[in-house]
Amino acid sequence: MMDDLRTKYLSQIDTASTEAALEDLRLAAIGKKGEVSLAMRSLGKMTPEERQIEGPRLNALKDEITSAIAAKKAALEDAALEERLRHEWLDVTLPGRGGARGVAEGSVHPVSQVWEECTAIFADMGFRVAEGPQVESDWYNFDALNIPDHHPARGEMDTFYMHRAAGDDRPPHVLRTHTSPVQIRSMQEHGAPLRIICPGRVYRADFDQTHTPMFHQVEGLAIGRDISMANLKWVLEEFFTAFFGTKVRTRFRASHFPFTEPSAEVDIQCSFEGGTVKVGEGDGWLEVLGSGMVHPHVLRAGGIDPDEWQGFAFGMGIDRIAMLKYGIPDLRAFFDSDLRWLRHYGFSALQVPTLRAGV
Amino acid sequence: MKFTLSWLRDHLETEAGVDEIAETLTDLGLEVEEVTDPAARLHDFTLGFVESAEKHPDADRLKVCQVATDAGVKQIICGAPNARAGITVVVARPGTYVPGIDTTIQVGKIRGVESHGMMASEREMELSDEHSGIIELPSGEVGQRFSDWLATNDPTRIDPVIEIAITPNRQDALGVRGIARDLAARGLGTLKPAPEARIEGSFPCPIGVTIDDDALSHAPHFAGRLIRGVTNGPSPAWLQARLKAIGLRPISALVDITNFFTFDRNRPLHVFDAVKVTGDLRVHLARGGETLEALDERSYTFPEGALAISDDRGVESIAGIMGGAPSGVSDETTDVFVESAWWDLVTIARTGRAMKIHSDARYRFERGVDPAFTRPGLDLATQMILDLCGGEASEAVEAGAPAIEERSYRLDTTRVQSLVGMEIAPDAQRKTLESLGFKLDGDMAHVPTWRRDVQGEADLVEEVARMASLTHLAPQPMPRERPGVPAPILTTGQKAEQTARRTCAALGYNEVVSYSFIDKAAAALFAGGNDASMLENPISSEMSHLRPSLLPGLLQAATRNMKRGQPDLALFEVGTVFSGGEPGEQAVQMAGILTGRTGPKDVHGSARAVDLFDAKADLLAILGGLNAPAKTQILRGGEGWWHPGRHGRVCLGPKKTLAVFGELHPRILRAMGIRTGAVAFTIWPDEIPVPRNQGHARAPLELADLQAVERDFAFVVDADVEAATIVNAAQGADKALIDDVRVFDQFVGGALGEDKKSLAITVRLQPRGETLTDAQIEAVAKAVVAKVEKASGGTLRG
Repeated sequence: MMDDLRTKYLSQIDTASTEAALEDLRLAAIGKKGEVSLAMRSLGKMTPEERQIEGPRLNALKDEITSAIAAKKAALEDAALEERLRHEWLDVTLPGRGGARGVAEGSVHPVSQVWEECTAIFADMGFRVAEGPQVESDWYNFDALNIPDHHPARGEMDTFYMHRAAGDDRPPHVLRTHTSPVQIRSMQEHGAPLRIICPGRVYRADFDQTHTPMFHQVEGLAIGRDISMANLKWVLEEFFTAFFGTKVRTRFRASHFPFTEPSAEVDIQCSFEGGTVKVGEGDGWLEVLGSGMVHPHVLRAGGIDPDEWQGFAFGMGIDRIAMLKYGIPDLRAFFDSDLRWLRHYGFSALQVPTLRAGV
Repeated sequence: MKFTLSWLRDHLETEAGVDEIAETLTDLGLEVEEVTDPAARLHDFTLGFVESAEKHPDADRLKVCQVATDAGVKQIICGAPNARAGITVVVARPGTYVPGIDTTIQVGKIRGVESHGMMASEREMELSDEHSGIIELPSGEVGQRFSDWLATNDPTRIDPVIEIAITPNRQDALGVRGIARDLAARGLGTLKPAPEARIEGSFPCPIGVTIDDDALSHAPHFAGRLIRGVTNGPSPAWLQARLKAIGLRPISALVDITNFFTFDRNRPLHVFDAVKVTGDLRVHLARGGETLEALDERSYTFPEGALAISDDRGVESIAGIMGGAPSGVSDETTDVFVESAWWDLVTIARTGRAMKIHSDARYRFERGVDPAFTRPGLDLATQMILDLCGGEASEAVEAGAPAIEERSYRLDTTRVQSLVGMEIAPDAQRKTLESLGFKLDGDMAHVPTWRRDVQGEADLVEEVARMASLTHLAPQPMPRERPGVPAPILTTGQKAEQTARRTCAALGYNEVVSYSFIDKAAAALFAGGNDASMLENPISSEMSHLRPSLLPGLLQAATRNMKRGQPDLALFEVGTVFSGGEPGEQAVQMAGILTGRTGPKDVHGSARAVDLFDAKADLLAILGGLNAPAKTQILRGGEGWWHPGRHGRVCLGPKKTLAVFGELHPRILRAMGIRTGAVAFTIWPDEIPVPRNQGHARAPLELADLQAVERDFAFVVDADVEAATIVNAAQGADKALIDDVRVFDQFVGGALGEDKKSLAITVRLQPRGETLTDAQIEAVAKAVVAKVEKASGGTLRG
């Protein structure tokens, strides 16, 4: 009889086509009143010898049916899933859903990116970042930098002056023509030794193909006991090499700035082939900055004794080195806020410049 | 400063070519801006000899010439009247570019006869305007380059012109001789001896000169002399050629001579027509108000304290800047008074600036002219006048004395090493200074009178290093101030700025950098545009005032982009804004704007118009990045450029505003030309308090073991009741148990009535210690309902 049960249920389980039918079979076989369950209940009426044989057999049968049902159930589920998946299809070539607002990616302006690149490099050489007012007194912008009132350099700087109310006889304030006033303020505040860079906006009344009335400068100042122009050359070559990611040589040419002595204009090595500038190769030279040893008058104006301390200063255009590095052709476009330009020349939010990854 | 190569060679004996000279000048700090070499464009022209010239068979005026050239005898058709056999000519063969007619010569047929080149006139080679015929040369070999012929026979025609930029300190290089001295000191040749003149006057000068006592400090020295019986007229060709080469128009011999010395020796001079001078000359300070028609034919009024030269009639010259027209020389001048004077730099600079006159004389006097050369300059000019114009010189008159300030500085030969980092032998250093005109007396270097810029020991170092060439400077590592890992250098504010910027970009905004100055009207819309923040000399009316806010610049940027067909914008800027015109009246602001829709139409239908809740969400995300306190209040009452009912201030108390978000006022948008809506936010990063705990350790994490319970409530309230009122009230129902209150639904009007709305909240209870009983939950729910109803005047929705 037991063999009959086994054959009957296993074949019915095997042919069951729905989960419901399978459940019916489970109840019929091993449910409370199922045939197998009833047969197990009748074990009590048997002799101990019979029971010893029939008991294990019935248990084995129950296990076998339970497993068969589970296996069949899994098979039915699989089949059902396969059937469902046959109908589930999406056109994956449709565009993806946008982010929170769906607009295109945001961007960081090249001036900000290069600001961070510069600070990352100079920070490694111990330069702090100093900032200061953009409206300056003429003392900080000129006198303290060894440019007295009658000095021709004043006239050559295309200075923007602030309006003075009638009766206010102070010399007019200026929009700083360079970030050098920050040097003076930093020297006054911190004294020597000192290593700072001063990035920021500067202003000159000049507007043409290659000039905008506002641009960005980064200025450097290092004051110590024995800091020399040769150190300046090393610092600049280290900077340019890190900044452009390729070995860059510099060439110093004698020049004059009222606030440094000796003064030098600095060219970087580049090639001009095919109308594009490539830094760090070729035998051409491109002027990128002015520099020199800080003039004793300037040290004094900053409250530092020139007999005890000496050092160098340099200044270059952030926008200009950004143009060189990233091949941006037109300075004026920096400040035009053209979305197409911002997206093309801008940087992703996560592209934070670091020295370990290369700026 | 422009000069020609042959002019330089007047003072410098050198074999160096123009390229080497230009390179050296730049290296010495006399940066070459341009070299124009006329020989370069004549390179392809060669000499030819006309063997025969026959009339063209079909044209009366044309001749068919057989011309011997470097490529054999060639047939050339020529229309010049002087084309004939037996003359040496200049030939442009096929392939040669002819600058005067902007054409490259080709083999062609003229009236049916082949022509293999062209014989050139001066104009065709841009040598002069001469075009009456082709050039006939008195000498020259067939095939010789025309430029080589000119170099030997007529060098001024192809004299290269060099233009250099002069830094304000190098007044000595405003004369050709000064430039030659630098080159000689570098070793590029030998400085020729300075020309000298000794004039023996044959009669006393009939015009006397005095300097007023109060003018003596401004005009310490004046020398002059009369030359009678001169013949003025065009100056000789060599002088005219030089002046033309450097861009000056030849006027007359007398005037050209003064211009010559201005550029040759940095010695400006002035010539008066002595017949037009009444009485003696007096140098004095102007009282103010005197007027004079100057040589530029404009009328000028003297400011008080300007230096003037007057005769008995009145002012005749703006001293050191420009002479007067009434006493100027003309072709009829027979008696000339030559002035060579020295003026105080600052006085000239101030007067020039006040009178707005730019002249070669002012440019030089305000940079400093050699005070010792006043009298020698007069004598040299006198000699040239006698040579070129004839006449008879008087004795010189002089008032005052040369203002020579003896200066000497110690030459510390180790300073070049310590300051510049170059090793140069002491002997070489001394020799360099001597060749620049310094006199060495032991360790002391006496500064030559023409180098007023040398004012200290550092200047001596500069001269030595400059002459040795800074190209030899070898980089020298600069050690860190202390060994080890560099310390962080950014300030809290600088870090905040970067975080804010990158958070905003991550939220999808594009960063712009806009000008710090905007137009008055736009500034005025944002509480700026007053006189304190006004530029005195703006570059245009669009850039007249410092910006009081970043918003107007962003709105203008939006307008420009909309005009380019970009209506959906998310722009931001981090930058300085100005509250006034004094140093320090500035603050860092961050602002963002959103216009149009969240994006273009899309297949998912998710694009929609931006609203202030977009701005709010972005703002709060940025504030979170800036570690702003989590608990802030949203208050109204922001500035007038916000939509009055649709903006909020993010505050710490009613007076401390960290940021604002909302719609911009429709009137502002209209004024700025924006037709769509625009929402915006502004942040004042410096207003965000620095967290008190600066350590790195976080507060301990407290995790509740028991499951939180959430209960939803909906209240019907008046439409103007703010959600924050309900949230705050609910939160206050049981501060220990209520962990969070969230608004999850709002329904306005409908069956509730026009002025009513329903707000639904979820209150989350976090049991601690033991599980909540139903009774406890019920009690909290009751408290929530009571608190909210009391605070909002609403009722629990049934």
